[in-house]
Amino acid sequence: MTHDEAAALLTTIFRDVLDDDHIVLNDETTANDIEGWDSLSHIRLIVAIEKKFRIRFSASEVSSLRNVGEMLDLIIRKSAAA
Amino acid sequence: MTNSLYEELLWLPPIPADFSKRLERADTLQELQELAKHRVDESQLNKLARKLKALLQQATPAAPLATMRLGVISNANTQLIAPALIGTALRYGICLEVIEAEFNQVAQEAFSEQSAFAGGTLDVSLLCLDHRGLPLVPSPGNKAAANACLDSCFSYISSVVSAIRKKTHADVILQNIAPQDERIAGSFETRLAGTMSWLITRLNTQIADAGLDDALILDIAGLAATVGLGDWHDPTAWNVAKLPFAPIFIPIYADYVCRILAAKIGKNRRCLILDLDNTLWGGVIGDDGLEGIVLGNGDPTGEAHLAIQRAALELRDRGIVLAVCSKNEDISARQPFQSHPEMLLKEDDIAVFQANWHDKASNIRAIAEALSLGLDSCVFLDDNPAERMQVRRELPEVAVPELPDDPAYFAKTLLAAGYFDAIKFSEEDRQRSAFYRDNARRAEISSQYSDLNGYLAALNMEITIAPFDATGRTRIAQLIAKSNQFNLTTKRYSQNEVQELQENPDYLTLQIRLKDALGDNGMISVVICKKNSDVWEIDTWLMSCRVLGRRVEEAVLQHLVSAAGAAGAKQILGTFIATPRNMIVKDHYKKLGFTAAARGASQQTWILNIADYQPASLPMKFVNAV
Repeated sequence: MTHDEAAALLTTIFRDVLDDDHIVLNDETTANDIEGWDSLSHIRLIVAIEKKFRIRFSASEVSSLRNVGEMLDLIIRKSAAA
Repeated sequence: MTNSLYEELLWLPPIPADFSKRLERADTLQELQELAKHRVDESQLNKLARKLKALLQQATPAAPLATMRLGVISNANTQLIAPALIGTALRYGICLEVIEAEFNQVAQEAFSEQSAFAGGTLDVSLLCLDHRGLPLVPSPGNKAAANACLDSCFSYISSVVSAIRKKTHADVILQNIAPQDERIAGSFETRLAGTMSWLITRLNTQIADAGLDDALILDIAGLAATVGLGDWHDPTAWNVAKLPFAPIFIPIYADYVCRILAAKIGKNRRCLILDLDNTLWGGVIGDDGLEGIVLGNGDPTGEAHLAIQRAALELRDRGIVLAVCSKNEDISARQPFQSHPEMLLKEDDIAVFQANWHDKASNIRAIAEALSLGLDSCVFLDDNPAERMQVRRELPEVAVPELPDDPAYFAKTLLAAGYFDAIKFSEEDRQRSAFYRDNARRAEISSQYSDLNGYLAALNMEITIAPFDATGRTRIAQLIAKSNQFNLTTKRYSQNEVQELQENPDYLTLQIRLKDALGDNGMISVVICKKNSDVWEIDTWLMSCRVLGRRVEEAVLQHLVSAAGAAGAKQILGTFIATPRNMIVKDHYKKLGFTAAARGASQQTWILNIADYQPASLPMKFVNAV
């Protein structure tokens, strides 16, 4: 999976979970940039990502992701391994 | 298949393509209810809950949905669960408000004076303890320590339940404990005292066996086992967010909780309507004939259809009424019931048999009417997707499970949906199907008599009116929980409250039973009346619709008037509180000779002067009326 493909899918998930069709993601986007991306919706995002990409995150991965770029790298790496 | 059946709620139809658009545009709660009847995931449930909140803030009326306030107490994170409960409750026609106790404040919530739940405003509280919140200390091989541990866990749970009950005056739903999938001694754990599985199994049995203030049990152990303990327990979800189980199971968990809430207010289903061809047997009876249909052991398809019949019979024995709705000639449709050697279901098991060429929605309407049941009490099982769609569109109140192509999964899917979840079981449940069948025969007798009184006289009715007692209590509480149509005030009382009323000298309580030439109808009516010195006030008057038109209410009034008169009262006051479902008793008091005292839009009061009352001669015998 390419970075752009993963980013497109991830954007759909963000828009769906956070209920906002105007969300635009780039690698530097953090929780501070997006309204509604709090600790609770972070869990919702993780659940949706795990389901969509058929991957599992570890506890330390869930809590250490700092921005969308890191999230995408992890998704691509895990999807390739799966 | 099996795993996603529960995880994705496969008995519900798939999410429609315009789900988001419909959600955005919805401006009534019924539209949200319709959306909630699809395969919604946790995130969509959250959106339904958010939309519901927004609509309520704009003062959108909750009616015709029922409103309920649920308190949730847990030693785990319930922030994802609370909105899922609200979204799922919509599916059951409940506008739910959830009050969450602070995280991990079980004991504080139960025992302290300052509590989010004090003040008696909750209808139900849900106590979700998982094993991590209990003093469960394994002591493998040490039976004395194991029993001591069991005792301390059980007494902790029972003291929390009774403290919460006392504080809230509301029913408590107690979640039992999901067993562990991680085992240190393998299969031997079940026999080795003090292991985690030994402790949890015994604790769950104790919880089930002890009455625990009539707590309702949420069988999470059963749910977790059904979806697979290995998948249910998710250590990452616990470590990261203190989620008590894998979040993919939140929708089915919420559905389990809401089934209990629905059953509590009589919104569980009571009638299963069955299609015939390719549902009860393989093939088409009209084309294939008695020899051609596939049913019975020795053939995989035939066995699958037997399994459906077996499930239907088990439901029938539990008090679910069975009916048939099929596009067929009546004669050929009945043939297998009469003479196919492998048929488990017999004509006698079916309360109403509708086989004709009308559309299925009209036939289902006719069945509901013949049984005096609401459409929202009915479940319709049909292998044909087009028929399912027609019925869903025409009669949204009827539950119509989606079915996979393989009939082997029909029974499993029907039962997975939990339409018939019960919170009580009484002797009447066992006999209910017979009641309904006898009723169909009574309808036949009635067509032979041109006047009503002749018919009623031919029934040789015997009525028994008695105060509440311990024997009748379960059935009394069940009638109070379930009666929606013939119910003047729709007040709900728990079994505990029923007992309190029985013991309260200020109240007259009546349980009414009716027998007739065709059988015993069992307990069919309940009355609760406040005995003031001059004016007796009828707090509750309800009756089962299957004895409508039998003049039972006149007999009850006669009893009530003579009791009130003997106590020196001058008047009896009756109240009617309108709900979307009790229009049938709108003129109840008027018909009984009361005069209107106050008439509001949703509430009316009626007065009867005892001095003016003229008892009528009634076509029934009063038996040992107390």
